[in-house]
Amino acid sequence: MTIDEVTLDYPDEVVTAAHVRYVTLPGVAGPVALVTLDNGHDHTRPSTFGPAGLRRLLAAVDEIEAHDPPVAAIAVTGKPFIFSVGADLGFRSSITEADRLRPSLDALGRLGHDAFARLGSGRLGGRNLESGRKVPTFALVNGAALGGGLELALHCDYRALSTGIPALAFPEVFLGLVPAWGGTQLLPNLIGADRAVSVIVDNALSQNRTLRGSTAFELGIGDVLLAPADFLEEALAWVGRVLRGEIDPVAERRPVQRGDAWAEAVARGRALADARLHGAAPAAYRALDLIALAETADRDSGFAAETQALADLSVSGELAAGLYAFDLVQKRAKRPAGGPDPALARPVTKVGVVGAGLMAAQLALVFAHRLEVPVVLTDIDADRLDAGVANVHREIDNLLLRHRISPDQANRYKANVTGSRTVDAFADADLVIEAVFEDLAVKQAVFAELEAVVAPTTVLLTNTSALSVTEMAARLEHPERVAGLHFFNPVSVLPLVEVVRAARTDDATVATTLAVARTLKKDAVLVADAPAFVVNRLLTRFLGEVLGAAEQGTPIEQVDHALDPLGLPMSPLVLLSLVGPAVALHVAQNLHATFPDRFRAPTSLARLVEAGRGSVYTTGPDGAQIVDPEAAAALRSATGAPRSATGAQPPTAAEVREAALRALAEEIHLMLAEKVVAEAADIDLCMILGAGWPFHLGGITPYLDRTGISEAVTGERFAPPGIATPPR
Amino acid sequence: MFGSARGSVRDVVFVDGVRTPFGKAKGVYAETRADDLIVRVIRELLRRNPSLPPERIDEVAVAATTQIGDQGLTIGRIAGVLAGLPESVPGYAVDRMCAGAVTAVTTTASSIAVGAYDVAVAGGVEHMGRHPMGEGADLNPRFVAERLVDPSALVMGSTAENVHDRFPAITRERADAYALASQEKVAKAYANGQIQPDLVPMAARHADSGWELVTADEPPRPTTTLDGLAGLRTPFRPHGRVTAGNSAGINDGATGCLLAAAEVAAELGLPARMTLVGYGFAGVAPQVMGIGPIPSTEKALARTGLTIDDIGLFELNEAFAVQVLAFLDHFGIADDDPRVNQYGGAIALGHPLASSGVRLMTQLARQFAEHPEVRYGMTAMCVGLGMGATTIWENPHHSAATTATS
Repeated sequence: MTIDEVTLDYPDEVVTAAHVRYVTLPGVAGPVALVTLDNGHDHTRPSTFGPAGLRRLLAAVDEIEAHDPPVAAIAVTGKPFIFSVGADLGFRSSITEADRLRPSLDALGRLGHDAFARLGSGRLGGRNLESGRKVPTFALVNGAALGGGLELALHCDYRALSTGIPALAFPEVFLGLVPAWGGTQLLPNLIGADRAVSVIVDNALSQNRTLRGSTAFELGIGDVLLAPADFLEEALAWVGRVLRGEIDPVAERRPVQRGDAWAEAVARGRALADARLHGAAPAAYRALDLIALAETADRDSGFAAETQALADLSVSGELAAGLYAFDLVQKRAKRPAGGPDPALARPVTKVGVVGAGLMAAQLALVFAHRLEVPVVLTDIDADRLDAGVANVHREIDNLLLRHRISPDQANRYKANVTGSRTVDAFADADLVIEAVFEDLAVKQAVFAELEAVVAPTTVLLTNTSALSVTEMAARLEHPERVAGLHFFNPVSVLPLVEVVRAARTDDATVATTLAVARTLKKDAVLVADAPAFVVNRLLTRFLGEVLGAAEQGTPIEQVDHALDPLGLPMSPLVLLSLVGPAVALHVAQNLHATFPDRFRAPTSLARLVEAGRGSVYTTGPDGAQIVDPEAAAALRSATGAPRSATGAQPPTAAEVREAALRALAEEIHLMLAEKVVAEAADIDLCMILGAGWPFHLGGITPYLDRTGISEAVTGERFAPPGIATPPR
Repeated sequence: MFGSARGSVRDVVFVDGVRTPFGKAKGVYAETRADDLIVRVIRELLRRNPSLPPERIDEVAVAATTQIGDQGLTIGRIAGVLAGLPESVPGYAVDRMCAGAVTAVTTTASSIAVGAYDVAVAGGVEHMGRHPMGEGADLNPRFVAERLVDPSALVMGSTAENVHDRFPAITRERADAYALASQEKVAKAYANGQIQPDLVPMAARHADSGWELVTADEPPRPTTTLDGLAGLRTPFRPHGRVTAGNSAGINDGATGCLLAAAEVAAELGLPARMTLVGYGFAGVAPQVMGIGPIPSTEKALARTGLTIDDIGLFELNEAFAVQVLAFLDHFGIADDDPRVNQYGGAIALGHPLASSGVRLMTQLARQFAEHPEVRYGMTAMCVGLGMGATTIWENPHHSAATTATS
């Protein structure tokens, strides 16, 4: 080995041991070496591979090689519920010197290939894989197998999968890497390029979708699928049948299609990556190049190309941002920064929803489904109320149809969701949320009416997107029990809720709201009572720049695609259609009123709403999506003449993009100064979870830092190099 | 009663029996759950008998002495759910200390006989390493205040010493010789491949050394010698007779069997390896619980109209050598009678309390196939708190058997 031990120094590694025991199988000459991957913790801390773990694997094969009597085969399995979840991500993050990044990842790449090939090849009797004795190798995949864990399994000759595997996947591309311990070369040659593209690229780019054991088996990743109850025993019995020659799993595998089929698969992957990323992040494209290479490359050159890609990506800003974003979503989202003692939370046994409109119905549904308590909707209009309750009941039936809930649950939830024309029904509610018209006076009146009925400790929540929660509570006797709980539309899809602590909100109210958010399976970010909070404020600022360009005469398509190079989940004007121009206008008007110098008057948006247009796009005669000419006219006919009319050129796409990003940097800087959230990380978390902004941007501040925009606009970075951006 | 057996009772057959290899407490199964042991057994019974549709199982009766933790909460139901049986298949827990699995068999068999069930799973599990006998027990103080039992009654080794007192002819030397023979017979049965077919390999995890596959019993000591046995101390009484060598150990393991009405077994194409003739349970003074099998056997014989001479094969649980010898002396059977414990017994194999009864039956079933000349066989065991349990079976391979072999 030529691996520089120094570059692989990683003292914080939770080392996964590779225990070896020898198993006797009937009718098999010689023992089978059974390797157990186990990091010594329970399943909540899955086994990973860092440099020391990989060396343990090599040492295990050394031991197996020296075993007397000689082994008949090698099998590898994991601790309960976990096979292996792949490379220890902390290794990359532990490297703080820029010049160590590439050599370290290069060395880790080679060490992993060495260890996996040494075990997986079954070549014993010398480190030279071309010589020596070959024994069959088996991966007995008992539980979660991600990334490097799956790659180790692919290096083996045969694979048994458990139906109990909760997740089997290559999340590398999702994070900004490629499977670089053999995955891009071995998987397509096992299951074909098309399926490999689905697993390595499509799933990774689809919110890191994972496979279950049975689906992985259907794709051809496993040779046998066994129940979890006695998986290891039956997997070893299957190993015995293979070793005795009673069955030949290889003969059962589907033949892999090469030539055109391979090229088409890679092309499909590129189209898919383009649609999602517009070239914004390199990992998916590198993975596709490697899959293309795998059709004809010999193993050594294929593996070398993987290591090269790993080293290249290791220094990328996208990877640094991806790892940062992953950490935010995994950890920070689960424990909101700045939250009070969770023990202060009060139980919520009944919920009131003021209003019976679309949003109220969505809220009632999520409370009924997740909190499983009685939910009362109220509306003074009997017809609207009946329609609202019916709407919720219909959605409960839909959950039943989709097998998300059982018939008994459907009965329970429907019985729990009722309507009342007066707020008297809220008397014993522990929590009431209002989703009425976005008007401060209306909401103040609602809260005043509620306070007359409910207990002094009943938590009163508003789902306002832009109004001041503090003002809403100002006239109450108990303003301390008022907070904001801002959902994102569609409520059942987007994971974020902004929990708004108003000026006088007490800790118990915040704790109760955070606890409720968690029960609703939402990720909460605690925000201050600042105009439009986080997501809407930033999207509005951003949209303002985009609409401004349209007003100045930049063609609509050009404006709307100006941000494509960021790889956002949707373009700004498509997002506008989704949010609804009326809602966007309301938020924009509020922000303009508060910050008129940064949030321009949303005149074009107002015209769009006035024109009754719900979207900038419409369907053309041939079914294709086209810009609605009337909507375009509404956006363009600014009160002031377009710049083109005065001889100046309208902004180019690049200028629109730069203006939008600069606006974001400025706004985030101000929001942090205003202490809207605890840290820039919370802004990023909001944008990832509430707006679906991608990991490769790290939300947004890592991107603004690594492109120099934040320093150019505000004179400082949001975070020092090495946290969410590569070390410098 | 039930229409399927109106006016008569149905023959009940022993279809198949399997067990995990037995382990020493704190040994191979130190980190393996008790419920995982019995689940493995149930799944293996189904795997070995693919013609049995799982939904045809009417009951899962699982015995455990210490029904706590991973042996608690109605282990028969828990095990059925964990084993993946259809949710329509019910289950319950049984406790009669060492005779738990025997009781699971006799109770479900009786239900089959009267037509309440067609097919049942009966078995037992005991993880004595995790759950020592008496764990969590709360004995009524009246036992002591009113001298309801001798204080030695709750210490099984002391009850064995008491049996020695009662039968002075049973010396330590005889007990040790019997123990040695048990070890030797187990070693021979292993060499002949007579034990292994009814063992199901069990994966056992060790956090510090990885998974292993347990394919053989851990307790046997094939290198045992008389000298070695003679040198062992007597932990229950100074200068006593009961040693670790002439007693069963503290063990972990699970057993299970399939029982069916004879006609249902035939319908489903299931083998009938034994036919139940009858059974008996009896009580004795708790401080000499080892003599329990004598009255239970007499009861079983009387009620089946058989005599001891009709029994061609005996599977006697060897909790202690002295209690087996007391049984043999009582019935006039030689210590080394070849009909007795042909594959050796619990002194070598181990005795995970509530599971042992089905091990005896499984071994008897295999011996029936080897000995078509034998018509009747018996299992018997002593039971803590002063009881005995006996079952009598007919060999379907015998020419005069009332049930046809399938």
